[in-house]
Amino acid sequence: MNIQTKLSGDRTGLAPTRRDLVVGALVTGSALLVGCSPMDLLNLGAKKLDFGAFGPFIKIGADGAVTVISKHIEFGQGTHAGLAAIVAEELDADWSTVKVEQSAANVKVYGNLLMGAQGTGGSTAIANSWMQLRKAGAGARAMFVNAASAKWAVPAAEVSVKSGVVSHPSGKSATFADLLADAGKITPPAEPVLKDPKTFTLIGTQAVRRKDSQVKSDGTAVYTQDIHMPDMLTAMVAHAPLFGAKVKSFDDSEALKVKGVVQVFKISSGVAVVAQNTWAAKKGRDALQVTWDDAKAEKRSTAAIVEEYKKISAAREGSKPFDVHGDVATGFSGDLTNFGFDFPYLSHASMEPLNCVAQVDGQKVKLTYGCQGTTMDQTAVGMALGVLPGAIEIETLFAGGSFGRRASPSAEYVVECALIAKKIGGFRPVKLVWDREDDMTGGRYRPMVRHDVAIKVGADGYPAAWRHTVVTQSVMKGVPMPQGKFDASAVEGALGSPYLKATPVVDGHVALADSPVPVLWWRSVGATHTAFVMEHVIDQLAAKAKIDPVDYRRALYKKAGADRHLAVLELAIEKSGWGSALPAGTARGIAVHESFGSVVAQVAEVTMKDGEPCVGRVVCAVDCGIAISPDQVAAQMEGGIVYGLSAALFGAITLKDGTVEQRNFDGYRVLRHNEAPTVETYIVASGANPTGAGEPGTPVIAPAVANALLVLTGKATASLPFVKA
Amino acid sequence: MSIALEINGETLQVEAEADTPLLWVLRDELKMTGSKFGCGIAQCGACTVHADGQPIRSCSTPIEALAGVKITTIEGLGGEHALQAAWVKHDVPQCGYCQSGQIMAAAALLAKTPRPTDADIAAAMTGNVCRCGAYQRIRAAIKDAAATMSA
Repeated sequence: MNIQTKLSGDRTGLAPTRRDLVVGALVTGSALLVGCSPMDLLNLGAKKLDFGAFGPFIKIGADGAVTVISKHIEFGQGTHAGLAAIVAEELDADWSTVKVEQSAANVKVYGNLLMGAQGTGGSTAIANSWMQLRKAGAGARAMFVNAASAKWAVPAAEVSVKSGVVSHPSGKSATFADLLADAGKITPPAEPVLKDPKTFTLIGTQAVRRKDSQVKSDGTAVYTQDIHMPDMLTAMVAHAPLFGAKVKSFDDSEALKVKGVVQVFKISSGVAVVAQNTWAAKKGRDALQVTWDDAKAEKRSTAAIVEEYKKISAAREGSKPFDVHGDVATGFSGDLTNFGFDFPYLSHASMEPLNCVAQVDGQKVKLTYGCQGTTMDQTAVGMALGVLPGAIEIETLFAGGSFGRRASPSAEYVVECALIAKKIGGFRPVKLVWDREDDMTGGRYRPMVRHDVAIKVGADGYPAAWRHTVVTQSVMKGVPMPQGKFDASAVEGALGSPYLKATPVVDGHVALADSPVPVLWWRSVGATHTAFVMEHVIDQLAAKAKIDPVDYRRALYKKAGADRHLAVLELAIEKSGWGSALPAGTARGIAVHESFGSVVAQVAEVTMKDGEPCVGRVVCAVDCGIAISPDQVAAQMEGGIVYGLSAALFGAITLKDGTVEQRNFDGYRVLRHNEAPTVETYIVASGANPTGAGEPGTPVIAPAVANALLVLTGKATASLPFVKA
Repeated sequence: MSIALEINGETLQVEAEADTPLLWVLRDELKMTGSKFGCGIAQCGACTVHADGQPIRSCSTPIEALAGVKITTIEGLGGEHALQAAWVKHDVPQCGYCQSGQIMAAAALLAKTPRPTDADIAAAMTGNVCRCGAYQRIRAAIKDAAATMSA
């Protein structure tokens, strides 16, 4: 993620000032500020951070207790605990007393090293922090060791640290608290010596547990929705019923009669109702009369979009190659086996609907909320308000889920809140509340996707030539990141697939469709559909060749040199009892997929219940490099599977003449307790650097279920969800 | 209107419109923010509290219906309830947003059914959505708490 190219701003008739020009220059990459690095530009206006002797990631109190500063938001994935454990391991801190605090917004100090911006996503929180935090922990440890060495007049090499206690074989010992003042004066080594991972005592153990379970079990954890500040107002916005529609006119006379409503005004995204409390804001909004200009709005229904995608796919209209190798001209002669798949829009449907608290007074801006795309949000709000991005202060809170939704490149909900707070002015806090209907009908969906696959099967039963066409909307459109020749996130998982690597002739193309319906990354992004297509096609080919789907995969992984795929496959097979007898009416299905650097295999046991697939047991094997917290990796597999299964079984946002048909959980069915599988997670032992855990469990379950249904019913699945509304 | 609500053993005088859902009185007026807003239409269970021991959806219960009713919220559970200890032991929460509601639903279940089966748990908890998918840990934690409470 590199926010130095063009960014679509939400300018609302502000006269350009010199500061605007600086902001504009920064986001359009103009040469106005020659000599500044992109990080400097994005950080323009930032306050100098005042961190202590142990650097930006570690604070140690007078009592010796260690606090780790997390540059990443905690919205479920156990990131806070994982990051803290990295520091605690290298520092040899007392894990039981380690605390976690959220960092400030500052891209230069707290940027995501895999994104080039501050933000959380792409399952990178642990991966990008791994060496950075190991060094921070090891550096702080060296400061304590050197302080003890000087104080006790013993060689540093003889000083050891364990659980926050520094000691020497002579019997001398001191706590971090005892040595704090001395250690703080020592310059940390530029390249501190890191532990050999084989000697880790905390990382990889069951001791690494969450730090937030108590506050999340007694109601005291603070989310955006819980913020109350003196004099705070609450706003709700009447949003357009059609994507791409704008406010034509509005009548606020009834809204203003609602007790508690303070002000009603138009903003770029609709009409804002500002009130003393949430219920008044909602009643005020209900009483508003708004007329919409829908000249440029999306008015099609879902079926029409599906048909359009099919047409684009068949003609390969405007498509770009993503993987073409071998003799494409002659490779496809003869009979082909054809597959087509349709995927719907999906809502993230996090438990906490979108919200934000903003305070604005001229150039002074503070945002308090569950912030995921920190630098993107600063940039978008900076554009909207004419404020330098680095000057926008952000206090990041827990978020009640996100799954990608809060990292919106246009930062539409944050900008909306900031614009309302600007109008209110005086740094008066305004909490913007989206209700479930705003959240669910607000777009930024996992895009609709069409896949067409045509395969020439060789005499051995394996693919000899593989033609693949993907049609979708790009989640990268308008995103301030470098745009390649095509949107790799639309095909990731097909691109890089061991099956394509093992196939002599491949002709893979992607075509990008357009619509006013905004789309966004959704937990596991491209893999949400590519994993399904690749894995379900493989089982159908194996069935056609009368080869066991596990053996079929083994052969292709061996041919492609996909050792990690092979390892998770074997582990899942062993633990699931693949091939052993099951009760009548139950079938197993397997799927394997790599995403975000991790490879996951799942075996699902499926029955049919009341005409719907029912998943009982799921065995999940994962290779995510070194698992810092095996328990939390398991939690992510469990949760990722439920999230993926919920979408696979029930998830679909559909349009009728442009209007979203699902407005709340009554229309958008999600997986519940009585439908939840039991997941067993097995982690491949690894000495490799950590890779993703938050997303890779999600895309594998749908094809595993489809492959079980293929066995159970003899029928292949050509569209999701399995259960049609 | 002015109404006396009995919440967590205390009688609190509240000024609010009669149709205001209990959830918004708890959250905005009383600043008891443990009960969460998730859907507003009694479909997700994030706002679950007890009314005379029964689990109700506070997002869809107007305060005018609650005169003389004993209300218990997550704040009233005390923080050291066996369920809360089991939630911590199993690291149940991920994002955590639904967990107050899950715990209140589970507390009502255990009050009625001290040793619930998987089927009892599924039946009692199906109205409580967890988008992070912590369902199997919730199930394990309920059973764990049930064992502790019955011991």
